[in-house]
Amino acid sequence: MSATRADVCVVACAEAFRGDGEILASPIGVVPTLGARLAALTFEPDLVYSDGDAAQLGAPISVNASPQEPRVIEAWLPFARMLDIVWSGRRHVMMGATQIDRFGNQNIACIGPWAQPKSQLLGVRGAPGNTVNHPTSYWIPKHDLRSFVEKVDCVSGVGYDRAAAAGPSASEFHEIRRVVTNLAVLDFETPDNSMRLRSVHPGVSVSEVVAATGFALVQPDVVPETRSPTGEELALLDSVLDPDKMRAAEVSS
Amino acid sequence: MIDKRVTEADVVAELRDGMTIGVGGWGSRRKPMSIIREILRSDLKDLTVVSYGGPDVGMLCAAGKVRKAIYGFVSLDSIPLEPYFRAARQNKTIEAMELDEGMLQLGLRAAAWRVSFLPCRAGMGSAITEVNPEFATVTSPYDGQELLAMPAIALDVALLHSNRADARGNAQYLGIDWYFDDLFALAAEKTFVSCEQVVATEDLASTGPVESIRVSRLFTDGVVEAPFGAHFTHCVPDYYRDETIQREYVASAKADDGWATFRARYIDIPESDYQALARASLATT
Repeated sequence: MSATRADVCVVACAEAFRGDGEILASPIGVVPTLGARLAALTFEPDLVYSDGDAAQLGAPISVNASPQEPRVIEAWLPFARMLDIVWSGRRHVMMGATQIDRFGNQNIACIGPWAQPKSQLLGVRGAPGNTVNHPTSYWIPKHDLRSFVEKVDCVSGVGYDRAAAAGPSASEFHEIRRVVTNLAVLDFETPDNSMRLRSVHPGVSVSEVVAATGFALVQPDVVPETRSPTGEELALLDSVLDPDKMRAAEVSS
Repeated sequence: MIDKRVTEADVVAELRDGMTIGVGGWGSRRKPMSIIREILRSDLKDLTVVSYGGPDVGMLCAAGKVRKAIYGFVSLDSIPLEPYFRAARQNKTIEAMELDEGMLQLGLRAAAWRVSFLPCRAGMGSAITEVNPEFATVTSPYDGQELLAMPAIALDVALLHSNRADARGNAQYLGIDWYFDDLFALAAEKTFVSCEQVVATEDLASTGPVESIRVSRLFTDGVVEAPFGAHFTHCVPDYYRDETIQREYVASAKADDGWATFRARYIDIPESDYQALARASLATT
């Protein structure tokens, strides 16, 4: 079995949850959801995850399961409790980002000036609260100059520079852990917390990533390759978590 | 004993231009759409709508009922972006107060507790403090930390939809998530709850666990029996979302005279006709 780009992205998302232990993984989107569930089935067995609705799952189900399909529910997780968990810090969210900048400021609210947007998107949703309360990662399925920008139009998720400027209530629990894209994995493990190229996916060159990024990326001398899925991981994806191959539709390669 | 049963028209007769109206549910889930439809048919205007928004906000914007929207998001869930809300924002036909989802909860909570604000981390460092320049911070008297002071969002009226209710105004939620319906009721001067079915008080506790009777008559002023009253949003376990009609709604925003066509077909009809239409549509999906 050879791994597709989507498979590599799922594993990269799973790796973002490595070491998290017994906290709630809140993935938004198919690939992050598969990543969290794959991590829980392999190297993070105590990770907590939901069905995307109000049920905390006791056993994994397919990402394409309809609401009518049976599932093992281990706890109740309505939105009110979800917010309690956000504020408790026992959570790691992986959100999308229409735009992201070098310090990890994220925008899902609107494009253009907020007062009269060129394109109204979702609104900030939970991003302001998530980012100042617990670890946050991002999944960006199309890594390009429109998404990786010098300055985002509306700061929804808070980046390192703005968290520091806002003071301890914003910065003390702030952490942007990882950014996974269709091309690469990025992090902020640099002296000034600016974005660093952590690895490139198999078949992707460093120059491709640099050309698709609208600001200067920190680059290590040698950029490793993102690890490929193991045979066990591919088997779990194909047999349990994503037999319908929903992941392929979300990743542009 | 008070009988609080009323019609959608009775509820709308209680509303006034310029009121602040909170809407329960979440996104395209369990929205009090039959009451929203009645507002759309009325000549009410200049409303401030407070919502974890879905087609409630979108339709009120499309019909020109909204002066200001207060929201953490507006989304149709299975279709992420709400077309009529987007148009209203992009054409600047409404004012907006954009909030983090948790801040909206705290604003309602503050109103419910009759305090002027509640402190939080959420919003600090984000654009929220820039797009809401009236928001202040507060310094904790205990550890000196600066926190955002989320102002109370007091509602004139809350509109909710539940699965069951009794004539006295006790409302029961049989789905897995109550969202923030109870909080909307607590934050409002008056609360009107529509429900799929009005049942006898003694039947509530046999229909579901006692904790599913989430909103007490202490906080409700009127009960509307409204079968398919949340349609096309979902109202589990009574029915799932009607994705067909939701798609039709979204497509209407792209068509010439799309809103007029949609409203002629789904809004400007008697609610009994709407119920028949919803029943037939759900039966085919």
